[in-house]
Amino acid sequence: MSAAEAKTETPEGSERADEARSLLRSVVESNGLVVFLAIVAALVVGAVLVVSADEAVQDSAGYFFSRPGDFLSAAWTAVTDAYVAMFQGSIYNLQASSFSGAIKPLTNSLTFAAPLIFAGLGLGVGFRAGLFNIGAQGQVILGAIMAGFIGFQFHLPLGIHLAVAVIGAILGGALWGFIPGLLKATTGAHEVIVTIMLNYVGLYLLSWLLSQASFQVPGSGNPKSPAVDTTAQWPKLLGDDYSLHWGFIAALLAAWGVWWLMERSTLGFTFRAVGANPAAATKAGMNVKLAYVLVMVVAGLLAGLAGATQVLGTEKALTVGIAGSIGFDAITVALLGRSRPAGIVAAGILFGGLRASGPTLQVQAGLPIDIVLVIQSVIVLFIAAPPLVRFLFRLPDPRLVKEVTA
Amino acid sequence: MTSVSASVSIGHTVSFRSILREWKAVIGYALIGLVSLLVFGLGTDSGTSTSFAISRSDDAIQVPTFSVAALPVTITFSLILFALAGYQAWAKLRHTTVGVWLPIAFGVAFMGALLTWAGAGRGDTNVAITGMLVSGVFLAVPLVFGSMAGTLCERSGVVNIAIEGQLLGGAFLAAVVASMTNNAYIGMLAAPIAGALVGMLLALFAVRYWVDQIVVGVVLNVLVIGITSFLFSTVLSDNTSLNQAGAQIGAEGGVIMQSLPIPLLSDIPILGPVLFDQNALVYLMYAIVIFFQIMLFKSRWGLRVRAVGEHPMAADTVGIKVNRTRVRNTILGGAIAGLGGAFFTVASGLAFSKEMTSGKGYIALAAMILGRWNPKGALLAALLFGFADALRIQLGVIGSPIPSEFLAMLPYLATIFAVAGLVGKSRAPASENIPYKK
Repeated sequence: MSAAEAKTETPEGSERADEARSLLRSVVESNGLVVFLAIVAALVVGAVLVVSADEAVQDSAGYFFSRPGDFLSAAWTAVTDAYVAMFQGSIYNLQASSFSGAIKPLTNSLTFAAPLIFAGLGLGVGFRAGLFNIGAQGQVILGAIMAGFIGFQFHLPLGIHLAVAVIGAILGGALWGFIPGLLKATTGAHEVIVTIMLNYVGLYLLSWLLSQASFQVPGSGNPKSPAVDTTAQWPKLLGDDYSLHWGFIAALLAAWGVWWLMERSTLGFTFRAVGANPAAATKAGMNVKLAYVLVMVVAGLLAGLAGATQVLGTEKALTVGIAGSIGFDAITVALLGRSRPAGIVAAGILFGGLRASGPTLQVQAGLPIDIVLVIQSVIVLFIAAPPLVRFLFRLPDPRLVKEVTA
Repeated sequence: MTSVSASVSIGHTVSFRSILREWKAVIGYALIGLVSLLVFGLGTDSGTSTSFAISRSDDAIQVPTFSVAALPVTITFSLILFALAGYQAWAKLRHTTVGVWLPIAFGVAFMGALLTWAGAGRGDTNVAITGMLVSGVFLAVPLVFGSMAGTLCERSGVVNIAIEGQLLGGAFLAAVVASMTNNAYIGMLAAPIAGALVGMLLALFAVRYWVDQIVVGVVLNVLVIGITSFLFSTVLSDNTSLNQAGAQIGAEGGVIMQSLPIPLLSDIPILGPVLFDQNALVYLMYAIVIFFQIMLFKSRWGLRVRAVGEHPMAADTVGIKVNRTRVRNTILGGAIAGLGGAFFTVASGLAFSKEMTSGKGYIALAAMILGRWNPKGALLAALLFGFADALRIQLGVIGSPIPSEFLAMLPYLATIFAVAGLVGKSRAPASENIPYKK
């Protein structure tokens, strides 16, 4: 488990390794290379799926042995179509007439990234305190309900309205995190189970609210709330041509705040100590139960902010699907970012980009967005198992055996 | 409540808490009894009646529908709830433990009060008891298979969060293979292969590469959702002939598993249709639960599996191959969950659709914990969820004053209460989620 234990597995005579090998080793040991190779491996797996589903490829596979070139070129076309569409949908549109149009996909990616960063930060705090919180989905929903309700029901001046709505979202998410935290601290109820259950409770609560007249556009009867007032919306960051709003900047600020909390504050130290060894933390006089409750509250309020970003920035009205799959995607974001704020921001932008490429992927390459899920999960699987990546790419074993824990 | 008490002086807090912990089952039962009395007892108009239907229209032995005066019945059921809470308190004082019959009887009485209340004054709409119980058992099927898979994996020390993915993979492969061969049973037999593949990946990452098992499980679920949804939107939508489960309902050899009533037994009122007029997957489920209950606790294999899950180093010392046992159990568990996945397509007679397992794998996980990592208990917990689901559907039919969304929340809230209250003393296998490294 521990680094000390792992060190005993050092192969004999590694000190005598020559310079070139030790240089290579330091590159191999770096997380960066593993992350890069994991992404490459995921893209390869995605390519295999694309090829297997492509009709032209299937046709040419029928006469593979007489004309293998047809098969290979069809496969190449299918794969490049898919990945070019992904690039154009998420980073830079080569077909746009102007630069401002060409960077639109990039701003879309950042818009998608904002809620993922918020929720991922919350989960990351939980993971580092040893709590496996699967409840981000429910916490996002509660945040969205509160932000949306304040947004369309109250009519407050500019500035104050947004602040009140965001505080409401924080309270909603924090409540949904407080419940499993309290139950864990007082009764020992497993947080995985309680948070999973609260996801469903939150979802049904949202769909019940949206069936009530007070949460619907007057006279419509549709399960969709009125649009939130413009006073409660996140202002646009780059003007009305782009969907990017200040919620993204708020997410970056939150990342800095979480970094400060975890690395510089006493409370963060307690969280990390509880995560590393609850028994030792108790012996050191820390209130472990209180820490569990506070960790879940912090996780919940960050997830609630993700809900606020969705309803006040991106969607601007409350719907049943307001949370999408943000809560679950955020788990992979936090894992990929290794629960560190900077890593989560990078992972959030990467997965935001994958999400943003969906429509282009559908239109240009005729592929469903589900391939993004495959790429996402394969990246995380490979990153979690560095030895597998080294095995696949025939890299030498590093000196230390590394492992990943949630 | 408890956070308030934490700020009070420490001596009081401890005693208050320990009393609360000792008596929480009794307090819980009494509270539910009170709710039942206030809502169902006093909430029923006097003079209204509720009619119950026992037999279905095509049953051999017909029991006529009967109707009861609603108010006395709801009050009686509520008083039974109080009596059961009192019995629990009496047993507590005498330091004896109460069997599993008490929560079951409590649940039955609560359901009785709820149904009588909801059906009161509804005129010709009958409360179809047998129909409700039949669908309860049927809806519990994937949960039973899933929780059985979870039990087998966790008893050997591997947390299986990937049940959801295993169910979904099984549902997908069952639909495709059944459509290709035009035979639902071949589809059912193919389903475990998909589940076993997911189990193999879980074992590879968790046992071979020591990755956190919960992380692998969650990610594998996303992976299976991604792959099946992708293939559904591409290959299956291009060739609809590959997704024909349920398309030929009623036709001879159609791609759906017909129910196979067992002669004589299936003619017993209530019990017959509920237990003995189901399809082959349900009978297989009975066999699997009984088989693993005996194997896990009465066989040499079971002892070894449990040893590996509790104290792998001790198991290794006496020559049990720890990691081999874990890999085998994880794959076996995956196969069983995959088999349960066949429920969604060939056994229910539905074509495959995206994410059609809709979180049932996570509910199965909750059933496993509620059942205390024990096949028998997991079966009961899964049936509880199944009946709660069937109750929701039944109340939707007879019309109920409670919004359906709140009824849909019931099983999830019940799980939270159960995990927080009833399962306090149960304990997961000790070396769960800890990789074994020599």
